[in-house]
Amino acid sequence: MKPFSYERATTPAEAAAAAVRHPGAKFIAGGTNLLDLMKLEIETPQHLVDVGTLKLDRIEKTANGGLRIGALVTNTDLAADQRVRRDYGVLSRAIVAGASGQLRNKATTAGNLLQRTRCPYFYDTNQACNKRKPGSGCAAIGGFSRQLAVMGVSDACIATYPGDMAVAMRVLDASVETVNSTGQSRVIPIADFHRLPGNTPHIETALAPGELITAVTLPKPIGGTHIYRKVRDRASYAFALVSVAAVIQKDGSGRVAVGGVAHKPWRVEAAEAAMPQGSKAVAARLMAGAQPTRDNQFKVPLVERTLAAALAEVRATA
Amino acid sequence: MKFDAPTGNNPIDRMTVIGKPTDRIDGKYKTTGTAPYAFEHNDDAPNAAYGYVVGAAIAKGRIASIDLAAAKAAPGVLAIVTADTAGKLAKGNFNTAKLLGGPEVDHYHQAIAVVVADTFEQARAAANLIRVDYARAKGRYDLAEALKTAPLKGDSSGEGSAAPPIDKVGDFAGAFASAPVKLDATYTTPDHSHVMMEPHATIASWEGDQLTLWTANQMIDWGKGDVAKTLGIPKEKVRLIAPYVGGGFGGKLFVRSDAIMAALGARAAKRPVKVALTRPMSINNTTHRPATVQRIRIGADRTGKITAIAHESGSGDLPGGGPETAVSQTKLLYAGANRLTSMRLAVLDLPEGNAMRAPGEAPGLMALEVAMDEMAEKLGMDPVEFRVVNDTQVDPEKPDRKFSQRQLVKCLRDGAERFGWSARNAKPGSVRDGQWLIGMGVAAAFRNNLLMKSAARVRLDQAGVVTVETDMTDIGTGTYTIIAQTAAEMLGVPVEGVVVKLGDSSFPVSAGSGGQWGGNSSTAGVYAACMKMREQVAQRLGFNATDVEFVGGQVRSGNRTVALAEAAKAGALSAEDVMEYGDELQKQQQQSTFGGHFVEVAVNAYTGETRIRRMLAVCAAGRILNPKAARNQVIGGMTMGAGAALMEDLAVDKRFGFFVNHDLAGYEVPVHADIPHQEVIFLDEADPMSSPMKAKGVGELGICGVGAAVANAVYNATGVRVREYPITLDKYLDRLPQVA
Repeated sequence: MKPFSYERATTPAEAAAAAVRHPGAKFIAGGTNLLDLMKLEIETPQHLVDVGTLKLDRIEKTANGGLRIGALVTNTDLAADQRVRRDYGVLSRAIVAGASGQLRNKATTAGNLLQRTRCPYFYDTNQACNKRKPGSGCAAIGGFSRQLAVMGVSDACIATYPGDMAVAMRVLDASVETVNSTGQSRVIPIADFHRLPGNTPHIETALAPGELITAVTLPKPIGGTHIYRKVRDRASYAFALVSVAAVIQKDGSGRVAVGGVAHKPWRVEAAEAAMPQGSKAVAARLMAGAQPTRDNQFKVPLVERTLAAALAEVRATA
Repeated sequence: MKFDAPTGNNPIDRMTVIGKPTDRIDGKYKTTGTAPYAFEHNDDAPNAAYGYVVGAAIAKGRIASIDLAAAKAAPGVLAIVTADTAGKLAKGNFNTAKLLGGPEVDHYHQAIAVVVADTFEQARAAANLIRVDYARAKGRYDLAEALKTAPLKGDSSGEGSAAPPIDKVGDFAGAFASAPVKLDATYTTPDHSHVMMEPHATIASWEGDQLTLWTANQMIDWGKGDVAKTLGIPKEKVRLIAPYVGGGFGGKLFVRSDAIMAALGARAAKRPVKVALTRPMSINNTTHRPATVQRIRIGADRTGKITAIAHESGSGDLPGGGPETAVSQTKLLYAGANRLTSMRLAVLDLPEGNAMRAPGEAPGLMALEVAMDEMAEKLGMDPVEFRVVNDTQVDPEKPDRKFSQRQLVKCLRDGAERFGWSARNAKPGSVRDGQWLIGMGVAAAFRNNLLMKSAARVRLDQAGVVTVETDMTDIGTGTYTIIAQTAAEMLGVPVEGVVVKLGDSSFPVSAGSGGQWGGNSSTAGVYAACMKMREQVAQRLGFNATDVEFVGGQVRSGNRTVALAEAAKAGALSAEDVMEYGDELQKQQQQSTFGGHFVEVAVNAYTGETRIRRMLAVCAAGRILNPKAARNQVIGGMTMGAGAALMEDLAVDKRFGFFVNHDLAGYEVPVHADIPHQEVIFLDEADPMSSPMKAKGVGELGICGVGAAVANAVYNATGVRVREYPITLDKYLDRLPQVA
């Protein structure tokens, strides 16, 4: 870990301003991902702005019947919230499918959105990685890629976004609220928040330098049966091979987003029109244009089968 | 004391303390954080500086140049040691590759430097400032490719499994060709990492030319010898201390870079230095269980009697290394007149392969016991019955040689009864529970029993307190407790009246912890020392040594009774002895341990995820010294076997030659949610051929066969046979029954 300076921010705008004042600064809240990456010198911020004591830890109703989740609400609190459990079950289930109880106690809503890939070549600083060191190449392409992306990949990067929570937020059409160093707020639809790797895999989100997430808002509840189905080699504490977040209505219509297959939570709204026809029809459109490697080609049929399992679960509980 | 004839009745047979499920003596210290592990001996080695090991960034080649300037100038840095400045180092007897590389690099993450600084963070930051230019050389990283031209090679794991390059009995080829029912299948097992809880760690301290190491090591005397050899100093100038070891599984049988780097760093910094390998470093820096490719052929007559059996295994290692002895159990487990085993060893430039829990048998049974399942199906026989039909009470290669004890059939029969095996549907893929396909599997467990010379010293003080000293280690196995039970039984005192001191090379040399020999061998050494103590006590108290009884803190003969403590009144007593074994008993009779593993799994019909529902092991492994500790060992083995079956897999990057998933996020081992109810049953057994304890090893038996039982259950659930471990869903998703 390289030496760094540290300050504790008192308001969101101040935090954003402090981050701009110090090039290469990072925000820190729970630190469950950042600290690990700093120890490995994958992240080498010279300055940390601690946002952990900002008053962004509330979940409140919005004017249009949705929920506004403060950036610092912990994963544990968010998953346990009565309104979330009742109206946004897919989110609650996605969160408890991730990490461990200890990590969820510490991890925050904004931090979870910003967790970085688990590509093993990103984690090994001896290996080429365009995400870690732009322009150095990608050792994962042609290497061990079983966990890596099959959709939206580029010649520069085949990493996945590893999280669960954001996949549920994507299916719920959440929005990310931010503030910048001049105190201006803006709202970024979750669909636009995470980026595909393209030629700049080191730029992972739509956030500008210094821009701080203050909240995630959920639109008013959409009803339906909420499923989060996470497939992995062991029963707990593992990143998804694939995961499926689905909200299915009584008439057979529904929404689906997929985790573990791309550099962002993967959703193709146009594919959802096929939902009443079943998983095969949806998956064909959802996964059209897949570019798997030999190691991860199983993910394409696995998405279809996992969606089928989710739909079967809906039928069984109907 | 020499053990060269079957033991008769002896004081252990009373079993007033031995055989009881006594709580682990070390348990309360470990659960309250008061048992110091290697890295925590801060009072013994105050003011220690921190060493951080730099690993090679390439798998094979040489260091063209190394620039230490920035690191040397970094805050807090006290010293940097590389091959250029370490002085002359030799390679340890138990190491295949050098522990400090440079300029030649033998494998990825081989240590090439240690940076010593006032704090851990300073050492780590400075280590990252070292710039190394490498000249890469072409390496060999693909086992399947390398095996095409690999020569035959015999070896012993040193842990009980062994085989010559090729071994033939009868006419295998002829018998196999004419067998009416036969199987010819190839199985693969991947590289595995020990990933024990406590990483490799050492504190080193020099006083003049005397080196003390507080280190995580299973084999104190081997370690002492190899530290001395590596550093080129006399063995008597080295002291190793390891009172508590946080797991080993074979990964700590040998001295590794943490110990040597700490010693070199401390010499350079003129201060005690502590070094722990980080988890991402340890997987490529240390040893692993090598991957295997195993071809098995079995021929049988229509009644199910095996007439021909062949097991050929290939594995790889660095130059000078050895093969994984995966065919060893096949020489002994089943009958059959015509037999063939062989091993091939390819040269690979991956990190060093070496022993991991049940080396040889663990991967060997993962193949053999699936082949037995496949053969049973071809014969239309129940897999339990097929094994029973082919049981043998003699060494099948040398029929005049009996097994000292062999209750495999009872293990299987009792297990089947207990598990409800009769409810298994022999037709695969026919039992459903919602989205899940349900299946049951069985496998035999087999592991040889090894006897190792072991010494101990026993003291008796004026208060009647018995102290046992031996350099034996407790790696989480329960050694403290069974040694205390042994001394208590022998001297007629309660367990609480015995103080056990372990893991110090200044104590008598023990068997150490490895090859599941530790429990029986180390307690046999304590038995020997206690016999001497009994003689001394009897002499002091004026008893005739032959008819004296030690019971309830008293020494008795006829109608005379004296308190044990009386014997030490005129001065504390001390007795030391070593238990040694001739070859003769083991030549006459084969000593092995046996078991039956039963597993029920559920495989999701949609996604292919496998989840274990129930596990049962029935074990026959001599006298069980402490059923609680033994059960703990078997459960650990079953859990590790579940991991080997379903998830553990060091992924090889065949371009760059390293294990890619080198941390615990990438190398998955089972978590609590993966492991259901586990039941363990020990058959009543005492083996007079093994030692006066009549005990055998059990710590590795638990893993033997588990993987195959899981694999066979997956087959029974799905009808899909996967012959490449681990059995992950990507390997059979396209072959699962169609759903939806």
